[in-house]
Amino acid sequence: MNFSEVFKQSNQLCKVSPNGKYLATCVQYRLVVRDVNTLQILHLYSCLDQVGYMEWSSDSLFILCAMYKRGLVQVWSLEQPDWHCKIDEGSIGLVSSRWSPDGRHILNTTEFHLRITVWSLCNKSVSYIKYPKACQKGMDFSSDGRYMALAERRDCKDFISVFVCDDWHLLRHFETETQDLAGVEWSPNCCVLAVWDSCLEYKVLLYSLDGRLLSTYSAYEWSLGVKSIAWSPSSQFLAVGSYDEKVRILNHITWKNLIEFEHPSVITSTKAVVYKEVERRPVVGTEDLSVHHMTMGSSLFNTQSKYEIVPPPVQVPIVKPDPDRANPKIGISSMAFSPDNRYLATRNDNMPQSVWIWDMQRLSLLAVLEQTAPVRCFMWDPCRPRLALCSANAKVYLWSPAGCVSVKVPVEESFQVVSLFWHCSGGILILLGKDQLCLCYMDTEQDK
Amino acid sequence: MHPVPLSRNSYSNFCTFCTEENVSECILYINQELSSLGFAVICNELHRIRELDVVAVLNNIYSLLQLHRHALRTVEDLEMEQVKLSSDLDYQQLTNSRLKDQLELARKENNKLYEKARQLEMTIKTLQTCLKNEKEEAQKLQSIIASRATQYSHDMKRKEREFSKLKERLNHLLTDRKDKKQGIDVLNYIGRSDGRRGHWKTVKTEAKHEGEMYKTLLNDFDNRQRELMVENVELKKVLQQMKKEMVGILSPKKRDQRGGKQEDGPDQQTGSDEEEVCDPGKETPGMSCEHAREKLTNSIRQQWRKLKSHVEKLDNQASMVQVGDKDGEEVISKQTHEEEMEMLKMEIQQCKDFIQMQQQLMQQQLNTPCDEETAALLNDCYVLEEKERLKEEWRTFQEQRRTFEMERKSFTEAAIRLGRERKAFEEDRATWLKHQFLNMTFADHMRDVKKDSKTNGALSDCK
Repeated sequence: MNFSEVFKQSNQLCKVSPNGKYLATCVQYRLVVRDVNTLQILHLYSCLDQVGYMEWSSDSLFILCAMYKRGLVQVWSLEQPDWHCKIDEGSIGLVSSRWSPDGRHILNTTEFHLRITVWSLCNKSVSYIKYPKACQKGMDFSSDGRYMALAERRDCKDFISVFVCDDWHLLRHFETETQDLAGVEWSPNCCVLAVWDSCLEYKVLLYSLDGRLLSTYSAYEWSLGVKSIAWSPSSQFLAVGSYDEKVRILNHITWKNLIEFEHPSVITSTKAVVYKEVERRPVVGTEDLSVHHMTMGSSLFNTQSKYEIVPPPVQVPIVKPDPDRANPKIGISSMAFSPDNRYLATRNDNMPQSVWIWDMQRLSLLAVLEQTAPVRCFMWDPCRPRLALCSANAKVYLWSPAGCVSVKVPVEESFQVVSLFWHCSGGILILLGKDQLCLCYMDTEQDK
Repeated sequence: MHPVPLSRNSYSNFCTFCTEENVSECILYINQELSSLGFAVICNELHRIRELDVVAVLNNIYSLLQLHRHALRTVEDLEMEQVKLSSDLDYQQLTNSRLKDQLELARKENNKLYEKARQLEMTIKTLQTCLKNEKEEAQKLQSIIASRATQYSHDMKRKEREFSKLKERLNHLLTDRKDKKQGIDVLNYIGRSDGRRGHWKTVKTEAKHEGEMYKTLLNDFDNRQRELMVENVELKKVLQQMKKEMVGILSPKKRDQRGGKQEDGPDQQTGSDEEEVCDPGKETPGMSCEHAREKLTNSIRQQWRKLKSHVEKLDNQASMVQVGDKDGEEVISKQTHEEEMEMLKMEIQQCKDFIQMQQQLMQQQLNTPCDEETAALLNDCYVLEEKERLKEEWRTFQEQRRTFEMERKSFTEAAIRLGRERKAFEEDRATWLKHQFLNMTFADHMRDVKKDSKTNGALSDCK
């Protein structure tokens, strides 16, 4: 594993181009484009204000930088650094901005979600979409980039509009049987749209591409419902995470519950491996100091940590949520399938230090990683079943079916890994601190 | 009424009692009776039997009559008494039975009331548990309501905040003259990413989009159906195989255990099932009709049930039969089997430990310390040992040599002495013989000339 040096960034705005060649970072109002392997600065652009959001176009030729306070969006070209484009939303304000899948249209959501303006970079056409819904995930593009599903709300009723991204033609528009639609998500094969209701009602609706209702699923009534959902890459499973600390897996043939994954406070399963991170502070004067340690100019407070396997039964550390607050910190808030469809990683919000890994072939718990600090982010390698996670300290943790390892990021002390993501080839891990970033190049020989 | 006919009867008896002949006996008898009763005798004189004391007789008769009347009265009284008593008794009995009935009734009532009380207690208990459950549910619902209420109020507050922002913005827009229009400022328009030209939105394009959408869906359905078909065929194959195997397992066993009657039945059935199912399967491997499918699943279920019962029977046998039983040759009891397994496992473990130990020792042996000094030292130690041993041997060898030498010396001395003694002895013998000869020759010179010559000859021989 090689670590690069530390670079500056702001707002966690750091993205790798879809073709994997470039790394774009925003530092205050500047946009820096580097080569991913050499980390040399290729382009440098200056925006008019501090950038709030940045995104690559799908063909890796353009980058959009949105400045929400000013209501401005600036688009930069990699091929032609002189080319400029500025979209000003005027007094109507700007709340969110994103590319369309073809890389030639920009969708701006105005303040108060009054409308979505579709700006074209190819011609002078401008389209408007009225009454988009402001919710957890109101807009989703299908993975092949052909369709867009948008949640709308009119007359206290929820609707979904399916647009053809080619020419923004409204393909379907139908009402949904939800009380308060919270989100839409396409299945990876683009044929099924999953729609879920707000947490006050547990309801997951499945619509086919042409707007027919395929199935409704509701696990229970009255208690707080769905918190997050995730499709498996093969579209075979839909994982529904809810506030009752359970993940329910629906199968794509009958859309019925296949199995419930529970997150109990005491793990008694003998088949699951529990990795517990154990910190040890090296005492000065031991002859155990490795060469690596010495060359990095270690300080006295450099903590090493390793994983120990704890035999069952294991008590999972729980943080009780405040019962009087809305959106309590309990329930499954994030789930991710591995790219080979075999594993599902979940996180239960009232067990913030643990990440649970489930084996989808056996439909059972495979491993639990217990960290010393709350886990901030976990991401699967896009090419192989390898999970990287971080917990706001100077270490990055990797899990794979072969085992678990804790790697200290050998950079200056103040760098704490707050978020991370993988390069699309899976060989590079980009670690983001509060206002710094660092790249970690995995050795190709270590591929498991 | 009653006593009068009786008395008449008794009077008639009296009439027959005394006749003309037995007057004197009668008088005597009556005298005796009267005297025994305490009355005066009717006839004092014994020899004048026929003369009766009339006064006494009349008095006796009178007292007898009185007595009789008295007796009658008492009888009457007694009879009355008896009647009264019997009626009393009757009455008592009646009351007794009545009271007994009452008691029974009361007991029954009591039992009924106990039953009722018990049932009421039970209902109370169940109602209490119901109440507890309801209370718990109510609490749960309350907590749910509370969380929903916090969620609602949070959402409401959020919406209100947004609303107020909206109002502010609206106000701002109404008052603000300078309306910043939205617009795009681009250096030059760029081509589409796929390089093609854009199309006008027409009905044709709309239809094309619809078509494409349906195509996608159809493709997805096709793929799914294909996958499901493949899975279906595989599962069917597996089921068929399972059925065949189950039939195979069950039928030979059945022939061994049961008699002739039953085996035909199930075998025939299974045979027929196989036939029935195999045929449609052979005809249409992919598309089987529901009938055939049901038949297959039913037959599998049947076989499975049979297999299950068979295995259960075996299990029971195994747990009941002891080791060493006649029937238990094939079926060992589970426990002994397990015990043996445990023993074998332990043995294996022991052997493994032993092997490990040996290995370790061998390693130790082989891993002589790499340090040369210690090696040399060790070598020296060995050499020293050898030296010591050799020294000891040398010493013993020397001692032995010495002893041998001494013995040899003593032997040689002894031999020399022996030689000298022999020589002396020979000389002595020679001189003695010479003397003898000389003595003999002087005496018998003439006589023993021949003898001498002979003895000389002998002597010379002897010498």
